[in-house]
Amino acid sequence: MSDRKLRVMVAKPGLDGHDRGARVLARCFRDAGYEVIYTGCHQTPEQIVSAVIQEDVDLLGLSCLSGAHRYLYPAVTKLMKDKGIDDVTVIGGGIIPEQDFQLMYDAGLKAIFVPGTTLDSIITWINTNVKPRN
Amino acid sequence: MYFAKEVLESSSKMRQKWEDEVKKLVSKWPDQKPDAQWSTVSDLPIKRLYTPDDIKDMDFARDISYPGQYPYTRGNQVTGYRGKYWTFRMFSGMGDAATTNARWHMLLKEGQTGLSTAFDFPTLMGYDTDSPKARGECGKCGVAIDTLEDFLVLTKGVPLDKITTSMTINPPATALWAMYCAAAEIQGIPLTKIGGTIQNDMLKEFIAQKTLMCPPDPSVKLISDTVEFGTLKVPKWNTISISGYHIREAGATAVQELAFTLRDGMEYVEDVLRRKKLDVDAFAPRLSFFFNSHIDFFEEICKMRAARRIWAKAMTERYKSKDERSWWMRFHTQTAGCSLTAQQPYNNVVRTATEALAAVLGGTQSLHTNSLDEVWCLPSDFAVQIALRTQQLIAEETGAANTIDPLAGSYFVEALTNEMETQAWEYIHKIDDMGGMVAAIEKGFPQLEISDAAYKFQRQIDSAEKIMVGVNKYVSTEKESIPFLEIDDKIETEQIARLQAVRRKRDGKAAKKCLDDLKAACKKGDNVMPYCIEAVKALCSVQEICDVYREVYGEYRDPGLY
Amino acid sequence: METTKKIKGGDVRAASRLIRNLEDRVPEAKTTIKHLFPLTGKAHVIGITGSPGAGKSTLTDGLIDMFRKKGKTVGVLAVDPTSPFTGGAILGDRIRMQRHAEDPGVFVRSLATRGALGGLAKAVGDAIHVMDVLGKDIVIVETVGTGQQEVDIINHSHTVLVVLVPGMGDEIQAIKAGILEIADIFVVNKADREGSSKLSRELMAMLDMAPPSTFQGGWRPPIMKVENAFEPVGFNKALEDISNKIEEHHQHLVDKDIIGSRMRRKAVVELNEAIRASILEPVLQKLLSSGQMEGLIEKVMKKEIDPYTVAEDIAKRYLEGCL
Repeated sequence: MSDRKLRVMVAKPGLDGHDRGARVLARCFRDAGYEVIYTGCHQTPEQIVSAVIQEDVDLLGLSCLSGAHRYLYPAVTKLMKDKGIDDVTVIGGGIIPEQDFQLMYDAGLKAIFVPGTTLDSIITWINTNVKPRN
Repeated sequence: MYFAKEVLESSSKMRQKWEDEVKKLVSKWPDQKPDAQWSTVSDLPIKRLYTPDDIKDMDFARDISYPGQYPYTRGNQVTGYRGKYWTFRMFSGMGDAATTNARWHMLLKEGQTGLSTAFDFPTLMGYDTDSPKARGECGKCGVAIDTLEDFLVLTKGVPLDKITTSMTINPPATALWAMYCAAAEIQGIPLTKIGGTIQNDMLKEFIAQKTLMCPPDPSVKLISDTVEFGTLKVPKWNTISISGYHIREAGATAVQELAFTLRDGMEYVEDVLRRKKLDVDAFAPRLSFFFNSHIDFFEEICKMRAARRIWAKAMTERYKSKDERSWWMRFHTQTAGCSLTAQQPYNNVVRTATEALAAVLGGTQSLHTNSLDEVWCLPSDFAVQIALRTQQLIAEETGAANTIDPLAGSYFVEALTNEMETQAWEYIHKIDDMGGMVAAIEKGFPQLEISDAAYKFQRQIDSAEKIMVGVNKYVSTEKESIPFLEIDDKIETEQIARLQAVRRKRDGKAAKKCLDDLKAACKKGDNVMPYCIEAVKALCSVQEICDVYREVYGEYRDPGLY
Repeated sequence: METTKKIKGGDVRAASRLIRNLEDRVPEAKTTIKHLFPLTGKAHVIGITGSPGAGKSTLTDGLIDMFRKKGKTVGVLAVDPTSPFTGGAILGDRIRMQRHAEDPGVFVRSLATRGALGGLAKAVGDAIHVMDVLGKDIVIVETVGTGQQEVDIINHSHTVLVVLVPGMGDEIQAIKAGILEIADIFVVNKADREGSSKLSRELMAMLDMAPPSTFQGGWRPPIMKVENAFEPVGFNKALEDISNKIEEHHQHLVDKDIIGSRMRRKAVVELNEAIRASILEPVLQKLLSSGQMEGLIEKVMKKEIDPYTVAEDIAKRYLEGCL
């Protein structure tokens, strides 16, 4: 009789405060029926990973528009790995040039969404690729 | 506007005939979309046709008037663009100070007429490059400046008495402006000769961009310090650029951008007046504004025309200003970053050109045009050049600069200008009723209005109710690749080494004393600017100065309203 | 047993997963909570309630800071509403507490109401137990704050803070919602705003009018003021006073031996809830799956029978074991 619900976290690592995308996404996730934890801006990788553990989420969405994703996204995934978290899907969005995609995938991100992605396509991707844990 | 009785009568008859024909034709061949969807990008409904009826209540002298005459709907400049084009001012900065200095010299050589500095995020947030919070950010979206030494490299070979420089800097504005003042002194140029702008607009940070340091009240205090210092010591400097750009980028509608920006401006005026040191006309002429030029051509033009009119009314009616120069709203414009698409990036050139033309027809004093690759990364030399050429082309080829405010008198343009002004005043009065902008921000009012608009717009894009070419219509599967600018990750290590070398070589005691003096000034409520200038000269870093503010005034964290 | 041991040993991941499973009503979680139950009862549970925009999260954040300075570990359960239309929720209280994210002595968990009324989530009671066994000295429960009746919080807390702000019509709301009866401490937040002294006066007058029996063991709820949350020195001082007052209240419960009555209240609620969950839900489930429910609904709709008789009949059959 269990009643699983997808829990997702939207996090903004780094110093940029451009949170339009993160906030639009948080609302969109709520409207898709998920429980969304939003961390707010200006988070360190350590803060984000600690929140992931405390909130027991299935999915972590990272948003960064400053160009620091090259350092920050891998820093988050590495910390997760170090703490033995292997059942949280990580995706990323923001100003990310194509030449950095491989670096992101290598770091363990499962998808990258760039400007111009529709909300529906993100939801479709999640519904296909992420299941609430058993 | 006055129309002879016969004109209105014949218009009315012709209108009836036209409406009948429209009805007939539409019943046979329906419009492509319902009436409500023929609206601006901000969802303002637009009619199929505008006629004399739409502006019959206008008064030429009261509402439209002449350039350089109240209420400045047609611009402040009596001679328009004939005497001087708007300033071609490309926002630039990347990597370290030397790299940005090279980009600046390239732009000046290509005919740019003013400089504009983009700082990286550690600098923008008041952290040094070696702070743990700054990891991975150095030089990524602007230039990294830690101490005066970096600043001297940045401005090398730039004649500070001839070129005006704009600096997009907010919480640490006092520190960076102090560096500029110190650099001028080192070049042997008196402060009375330097000109430029610091953005220094914290209210829009709380509302939209979230470059945050201290709480609203002390933030406004620091801004008023710069206004006072500038008025008395650096008279050619614009100590604040009241910005709607970021409000719009965060998802606001055009009317929200207009209303929140102007209400922010009023808040700053009111704070300086509250301090009772300066008369309104002593400082108001140096206030400048900064708007976004989005893709909806006419809406943008009308927004800028309405903005000038609202400001002139506010200055005369609310603040009883007597000096005409205080009534002029002077503004810089940047084309809309959020209108650009990652898909089919070359289309961005067309978007930017359209937006730039709107800014020119709206009467901007200064303009930045975005580069086609900015959805992906910082602009490459190649992309920046097209962007700069776009402005030069509008100025020199299109004829847009020939005559002043060419759209005045258009039934549509005047009606839309009026409509936007009316809606903006409604917001302004609502915020007045809340107790002003700081109070409204604490309630989360502007933040939530913008959030709602942003979400609604995204939904409209998703449902293709609004179109973005290449995103939800005319999508192409072919990939266009463009050259990208890469910022080398090793810049961070080099910058940290430079900073640490400065810390080693400086007179540590003198630096500490400057910071202690600054702290004492903060606690006493004195103007911080003279102390900041001393501190940067003693090679105190941006973060060291900002840490003093954080300690005395407290740190503000974004409440994350959604 | 494994999970119990882990949680007892302070394993945050195991604890957060268990809370998730309790929310999601995973059957094994029930087994685990049975093991945890005997180990509970050490934490001081503080409830924070008040209308939206009253500043509950900022206050919670400040209290975390104070209790950490006193050397205590803190757990926070922050409840936000589930959208009745989509079933989704944005849980945003955490934003204001993120500065503690890296402190191992602090554990913040967001919960969605998932249709529960009364300002809390169904799993709150159990989640408090988890935090308790995890070793948190203080557990702060922050209610939704819809301005509606949020009196459930009293069933779960030792000390209830009611947060009010001037100029939001709170004065009237407070009386309506019966919130006066549940407060152990009043906090007048944003007290630098206009109307703050009026609000304090009205609260004072209401307390003056209350019958003395309202004040358990003679504890008259104090009215604490917090001025500007953005002014660090004053804010910290106010928060320190509040945290002292909270501890004083706990001491009062112990000294006057009232803590037992609070625990009894919690036991009653837990028992009621547990019975409801173990009896009502399986009964409803059985009626639904056997198809009996549909027939009964038909009959009630046609007024052939009344729902009261149906319910009595079901209860009788259940008790006789022949449902």
